[in-house]
Amino acid sequence: MGFTVLYLSLLVLIPLSTLVLCAGRLSWEELWHTFSASRTLAAYRLSLGGALIAAGGNAIFGLLIAWVLVRYRFPGRRVLDALVDLPFALPTAVAGISLTAIYAPTGVIGGWLAGAGIQAAYSPLGIIIAMAFVSLPFVIRTAQPVLQDIDREVEEAAATLGADRLQVFARVIFPTVFPAVLAGFAMAFARAVGEYGSVVFISGNMPGRTEIVPLLIMTRLEEYNYAGAKAVALALLVLSFLMLLVINLLQAWARRSAPV
Amino acid sequence: MATIVTDARFADSTLGHAVQQSSAFARWVLVLVAVAFLGVMLILPLVIVFVSAFDKGWQTAVAALEHPDARAAIRLTALVTVIAVPSNVVFGIAAAWAITKYRFSGKSVLVTLIDLPFSVSPVIAGMIFVLLFGARGLLGPWLSGHDIQIVFAWPGIVVATMFVTLPFVARELVPLMQAQGHDDEEAAISLGAGGWQTFFRVTLPNIKWGLAYGTILCTARALGEFGAVSVVSGHIRGETNTLPLHVEILYNEYQFAAAFSVAGLLVGIALLTIAAKSVIQWGLRKSVRDDAETSSAAPGVSGQPWGEQWVSK
Repeated sequence: MGFTVLYLSLLVLIPLSTLVLCAGRLSWEELWHTFSASRTLAAYRLSLGGALIAAGGNAIFGLLIAWVLVRYRFPGRRVLDALVDLPFALPTAVAGISLTAIYAPTGVIGGWLAGAGIQAAYSPLGIIIAMAFVSLPFVIRTAQPVLQDIDREVEEAAATLGADRLQVFARVIFPTVFPAVLAGFAMAFARAVGEYGSVVFISGNMPGRTEIVPLLIMTRLEEYNYAGAKAVALALLVLSFLMLLVINLLQAWARRSAPV
Repeated sequence: MATIVTDARFADSTLGHAVQQSSAFARWVLVLVAVAFLGVMLILPLVIVFVSAFDKGWQTAVAALEHPDARAAIRLTALVTVIAVPSNVVFGIAAAWAITKYRFSGKSVLVTLIDLPFSVSPVIAGMIFVLLFGARGLLGPWLSGHDIQIVFAWPGIVVATMFVTLPFVARELVPLMQAQGHDDEEAAISLGAGGWQTFFRVTLPNIKWGLAYGTILCTARALGEFGAVSVVSGHIRGETNTLPLHVEILYNEYQFAAAFSVAGLLVGIALLTIAAKSVIQWGLRKSVRDDAETSSAAPGVSGQPWGEQWVSK
C-alpha cells in the first residue's frame, strides 16, 4: 500500500505536478504570446483535426471489422484478429518509416496516389494515415465483446415483428454497441492527438503546415525555449486530463448499457 | 473458393428462417472490405519493412545489425527493459493488491493516477523529466553538484520508460483480482499460512495468466518507446541510443536498408509479442472459465485484448 503510493508519487504525481506548477508560473502575457502565435494555432488545428478524422474513420471501419470478426467465419480470421493488436506491439518509429515508405511519391501506394495528383506523405493526409494506424485497434477491441454478447433472442424478436436485416441493425444492434464505439472513438482520439513517433517521419514537419503539437513541443525543447514548450504542453496536458474524464464517463455508460 | 459462413453461435436460430441470415453477397462484401482495410493498414507496412531491409541484399541487413552502434543500441534497450519491466511488475502487483484487497478513501483517484501515463503524450512524458532533472530543471543544480547525470544519459531513458509502461501490469491485474475476490486467501490464512506463503501459494497461481499478459504488453512498449525516450536521450551515438532511436538516425541519414533491417528486428519482436499474447489470452480465458465453473465468475474478465484494459475497470 505504502509502496504503491510512494512509487506512483515519485514516478507520476510529482513529475506531472512539476510541469503544472512550472507552467503555472508563466505569466499571462507569455501564455497569450504562445497561443496567439499562428504557428501554435496551426499545430493545434492540425493535431485536433487530424485526430478527429483518423478516429472517425476508425470508428466506422472498426465497427465493420469487429462485426466481421465476431459474426463470420472465414479462413485467416484468427490471424487477422490477432494482427489487430499490431499497432500496440509495433514500435511507433518502425510504423513511421514503413508508412512513409508506402505513401512517399516513390512508394507503393504513394506513387499511385501521386499519379492521381494526391500527395500523401509530407502532407496532412499522411499525418491522418499515421494517426489512423496507431489508433486502429481501439474501436475494434471495445466493440468486439459487446457484439459477442448481444442477445440473439432480441434480434429474433425484432425479426418476428417484421424488421428486416437493416432495421435490426439500426434499431437493435447499433444502439447497443454505440456507447462502446464512442468510448473506443474517444480513446483513439486521445491516442492520436498525443502521437509522436509514427507521425514525425511521414509529416515532413513544416512549421505551420505539417507540424503537430507534440513536434512543436519537441522543437521548443531543442531550442531550450522551456517557457514556450511548457505553455504548449500545458494545453495538451489539460486536454488529456479531459479526455481521461470523458473516457471514464463513456466507459461507465458503455458498461451500464452493455447486454447482460 | 472458400466460403464465408456466419458463426454458428449466431447462425442457429430457433425460429428457423424467421431471422434472415445476412445474404451471402453481403457477407462477401463485408469480409472483403474488412480484409482489404486490414491488409492495407496492417499487413502492407509489415511486408514493406522486410522488402526494404533486404533491398540491398541480406549481407547489408546483417551488417546493419552487427554494426557497433546497433549493438550498443541493442544493449541499451535490453538494459532499459530489464530495469523497467520488473519494477513495473512489482508495482503492478502491489497496486492491484492494494486496490482490490483493502478499503480506503481515494481509491478511484489512485486508479485514475495509474491510468494517467496512457493518456499523456509521450513527448510530455519525456519533457517532465527534463524539467525535473535537466541542467536547468528543478533538481538540476543539485544533481550536477553531486555529479549525477540523469537526463541525456541512460538513467533518464530508464525513468521515462518506467513512466510510460507503468499502467500495463496493474491494469491487467486489477479486474482479475477484483473478480477473484479474497475467499482463497482467507481460507489459506485460516489454515495457518503466513502472508508471503499465501501470496506465493494462492494469489500468484491465481493471477499468473493476467500477470504474464501484462508483462508481455509492458515489455513490448518498453522495447519500442520512442517519443518519451527521444526527449530525454540526447541522441549520443553508441551511448544513449535505444533501438527505435537508432532506426530514426539511420533513416535520417538515408541509410534506408540499414534502418529497415534494424526495424525488421523490432517487427520480429512485435510479431513474437502478438503470438505470445494470443497463447496467454487462451490461457486467461481458460482460467476464467475454470473459475466460472467453481465459483460465480465475475463479469468484466474476458481476457479480451488490449482495448479491454481500458474498458474493464
